[in-house]
Amino acid sequence: MKKINPNIIRENKVIEIRGLQKAFDEFEVLKNVDLNLYQGENLVVLGRSGTGKSVLIKIISGLLRADAGMVNVLGQEVGHLSPKQLDALRLKIGFSFQNSALYDSMTVKENLEFPLVRHSKHMTQRDRTRIIDVVLEAVGLTKAMHQMPSELSGGQRKRIGIARTLILRPEIMLYDEPTAGLDPITCIEINKLINEVQRRFNTSSIIITHDLTCARAVGDRLVMLLDGEFKRQGTFEEVFATDDERVKAFYNYNFID
Amino acid sequence: MDQSNNKKTPPTRTRKYVFSRRADRIFLELSYIYAFVARFFREVLFPPYEFKEVIKQCYEVGVRSLPLISVTGFIIGIVFTNQSRPSLADFGATSLLPALISVAIVRAMGPLVTAIIAAGRVGSSIGAELGSMRVTEQIDAMEVSATNPYKFLVVSRVLATTFMIPALTMYTTLVSLLGGYLNVHQNELTTLTTFFTQVFDAITFLDIISSSVKSVLFGFTIGMVGCYKGYNSSKGTEGVGKAANSSVVTAMFLIFIEELLVMQVINAIRVL
Repeated sequence: MKKINPNIIRENKVIEIRGLQKAFDEFEVLKNVDLNLYQGENLVVLGRSGTGKSVLIKIISGLLRADAGMVNVLGQEVGHLSPKQLDALRLKIGFSFQNSALYDSMTVKENLEFPLVRHSKHMTQRDRTRIIDVVLEAVGLTKAMHQMPSELSGGQRKRIGIARTLILRPEIMLYDEPTAGLDPITCIEINKLINEVQRRFNTSSIIITHDLTCARAVGDRLVMLLDGEFKRQGTFEEVFATDDERVKAFYNYNFID
Repeated sequence: MDQSNNKKTPPTRTRKYVFSRRADRIFLELSYIYAFVARFFREVLFPPYEFKEVIKQCYEVGVRSLPLISVTGFIIGIVFTNQSRPSLADFGATSLLPALISVAIVRAMGPLVTAIIAAGRVGSSIGAELGSMRVTEQIDAMEVSATNPYKFLVVSRVLATTFMIPALTMYTTLVSLLGGYLNVHQNELTTLTTFFTQVFDAITFLDIISSSVKSVLFGFTIGMVGCYKGYNSSKGTEGVGKAANSSVVTAMFLIFIEELLVMQVINAIRVL
């Protein structure tokens, strides 16, 4: 289903990347990456495994350092921030990990409380519980509050992972393979949730995936990472209107009869 | 944006080594260890403090180790007394058993046995837990939520082992002495009062100090090694196993080195 989003503000870039380079030992992952994310936009980054998609969002969130280039997030250059400034910026960025990265030793409620306790110290327990209720309701898992992560299914873990990032009301969401390892029905639910988060919390998002159904359902714009560079961008149809064998192979794999 | 092409760009980066690949790695590892330990002293002094987590970890390290420590300490007290008796009996000096047990247990065996058990139980558990958190990106998740994972995970655990190992050492010493007393009482019919009078007569203030210093050092080492190995683990589940294993091996190795060094220093002070 094609997505139309009238809320994108193209004059306002929330993320701007220019000439980004990153290598691990002798292997160059990102060679010369330029990217804009506009306010209110869901941008899908496509690419094969190992092409540096996750590296890109880890650099945006300051988990990895770029070798060269400029990464500007909400008007601040990530590579030049002090640890305190970086922490302040991170409060505006939600990061949903591929494997959810829920804290195993804590219940769902404690997982959600963890960032709140540290960043909203003057908040009462009652207010915290109210906020937790709101985000759990947003992801449709109000009954899971007292469960341990090990008791949840893959899809539920993804939802709680997204809820945990939403709890601090981020302006930007970074999703790392949100539908990886899930059954098709759960994938559709997660896609709906990503769109719901964008609408309800007014976020701008980068979604890393190689699932084209997900890309089509959630992406306002798609970019494809090939050989460490973004070689194609546009709507779903524009990206795949090419004779490039690598792009066609990607499409055929996902939509093979 | 450009259209796609199939041209492959060759790698442009080449790695040069100062000495050799292996030597450089060793120096690099040493610099990481130094930075990791130095960071502890920086982080422990400044807020925010994770009191709740420290208390939780103290419970994990201290209270949960009690059953194992109790059984091991008690048995060691009995066995050591039993094995020492024949040597003293040859000289008709079995009355010196309480003094012998006291010196051996307070000076060396108490701290050492506690540390070795803790390295096996606590060190491996810290290494495995943090290693698993690293490979499942839980540490990254803390970092991106603007929480300092080092303070929450490492500082709390190192503080817990540094506080609790001395407490456990005192407990082990007491339990081992009780084991020794039971054996002495059974064979020599010594009363509890006489036994403990002889025990306290044999030990000096320096023995207590050396035992305390050693147990603090051992506790710090167990916590720090477990945290370092776990926090920096990689390569998935294989890395978690390696982190747990090398936490124990490295901690035990360092404990014996520390024991040797502290003993030399204390002996030097003793003759002053």
